[in-house]
Amino acid sequence: MKILVCISSVPDTTAKINFTPDNKEFVSTGVTFILNPYDEIALSKAVDLATTNNGTVTVINVGDVTTEAVIRKALAIGANDAVRINAPARDSYFVAKQIADYVSKNPFELILCGRESSDHNGSSVPVMVSELLNQPCFLFAKNLVIDGKSATIECEIEGGKEVVSTSLPFVACASEGMAEWKIPNMRGIMSARTKPLVVVDPIEVEQKVKLISYDKPASRSAVKMINAEDVSQLFDIIREEKKII
Amino acid sequence: MSVLVYIENSEGVFRKSAFETISYAAAIATKLNMPLVAVSIGNVSQDELAKASKYGAQKILNIANEKLATPNSQPYASAITAAAKAENGQVVILSASFAGKSIAPRVAIKLNAGLAENVVSLPEMNGSFIVKKGSFSGKAYSIIEMMDGIKVISIMPNCYKVVENNVAPQIINFDFIPTEVDLVVQSKERIRSSNTISLPEAELVVSAGRGMKGPENWGMIEELAKVLGAATACSKPVSDAGWRPHSEHVGQTGIAISPNLYIAIGISGAIQHLAGVSSSKVIVVINKDPEAPFFKAADYGILGDAFEIVPKLIEAAKTFKANQN
Repeated sequence: MKILVCISSVPDTTAKINFTPDNKEFVSTGVTFILNPYDEIALSKAVDLATTNNGTVTVINVGDVTTEAVIRKALAIGANDAVRINAPARDSYFVAKQIADYVSKNPFELILCGRESSDHNGSSVPVMVSELLNQPCFLFAKNLVIDGKSATIECEIEGGKEVVSTSLPFVACASEGMAEWKIPNMRGIMSARTKPLVVVDPIEVEQKVKLISYDKPASRSAVKMINAEDVSQLFDIIREEKKII
Repeated sequence: MSVLVYIENSEGVFRKSAFETISYAAAIATKLNMPLVAVSIGNVSQDELAKASKYGAQKILNIANEKLATPNSQPYASAITAAAKAENGQVVILSASFAGKSIAPRVAIKLNAGLAENVVSLPEMNGSFIVKKGSFSGKAYSIIEMMDGIKVISIMPNCYKVVENNVAPQIINFDFIPTEVDLVVQSKERIRSSNTISLPEAELVVSAGRGMKGPENWGMIEELAKVLGAATACSKPVSDAGWRPHSEHVGQTGIAISPNLYIAIGISGAIQHLAGVSSSKVIVVINKDPEAPFFKAADYGILGDAFEIVPKLIEAAKTFKANQN
């Protein structure tokens, strides 16, 4: 089974997010970039599936050369090879078009993604890729079991869960609980240096949205401490002062 | 030309997010001077459909094909696209719910439209079309210009207030037959947990962390939530330890929420947790550690042991609710 895992390079989850004074650009100085946590779960799941199904795992990233550290990390975790589409990830449509174009020329039976990236949070790339390839997409998959060509997927839905079945190929997205995190061992880290990483030129994609600037949430006023003896007043205070309940 | 809004139902009943989405779409339709068309898919009664007109939908397209009785993002996206084409929809609006997030990108591709996800406020529509959306897992917002052409927008639950705007209901059955290509996923089972409020849509959330010491102590958290009519949530260490399901984990790698009131009990407030809850309108933090970083990000703080404070809060909530009625 050939599995493709779509990965992105994102600021470390503990990073403070700062922008240039004009709010036009993200300041990456001093920020460590990591493999998007959800993508890491998708990759772990892919490695498990490849092991039990005699398959291979390819990772794909749309990004400039700076994302190669994260790609090598994915190879160390257990991907067999990697593809980097050589262009900054302009927006979700751009990224999805690049991935779908690559897959249309190099078919995979299963595409795994993280449920969202921790920088843009759109959850759009996997759905767009599946739409462009005319495949189903399970964005909120909690569990994925593959048996030959057919699959059973447990998905999160509003206020509950749904169990669905379908057959390969399809796109599924990972979130916490789908697989155990894999920590690269020394052998993985060493072999990652020599695993194939193919760089592919991007295709042209029409731009439909444009990032203008960033903004930060308004900071809260100082916390108002309520005496532990007076908690019976809490809800009345909130109603009186904030008018939200 | 029209503004189109997809309204989600749950077993034939419109979700609260549906009315938020219609209210939001109505404001855009008014500004653009276009009629507002609501699209409903599945088995929804005429009375329920008519509710859409309370919030400004002039026309309600009812797509009730039996093959669409169970939500399924592929044929649903095709149905919404067909409705958008029939109505010459210029802006298509959905809720950024689990279902909406699975449908909106498909509709955008099918309509060759621009897409903005997780939008938190009304667009600026003075010549250009500019939206504000959540990014960096709640730590920031991105301001996005949507170029000329059709636009698809998904809006974050709880970010836009339901506004009544009565118009005469006009319900039209819209014929749509899904193709086989769109029906490759079969639903085997849909399980709804009874009496629980959907976390992303909840207006009130009671959340607890490691300070609760173990899953056996969650009874008081659930009781407080029940009295308030709130959803329950938890921090990452709690779901990682298996004390609570992953679906309750709020934070950077869980779900981002924006309720009116977020009560955090025994949660220290790591940056990853704050990211997912910082758009809550009011935050109350209960912690016995005066140095807990969460106090700095809270509106109200109570310094004390959760095991003493929460039972008092339950009583306070009961009195508050009793006085409300």
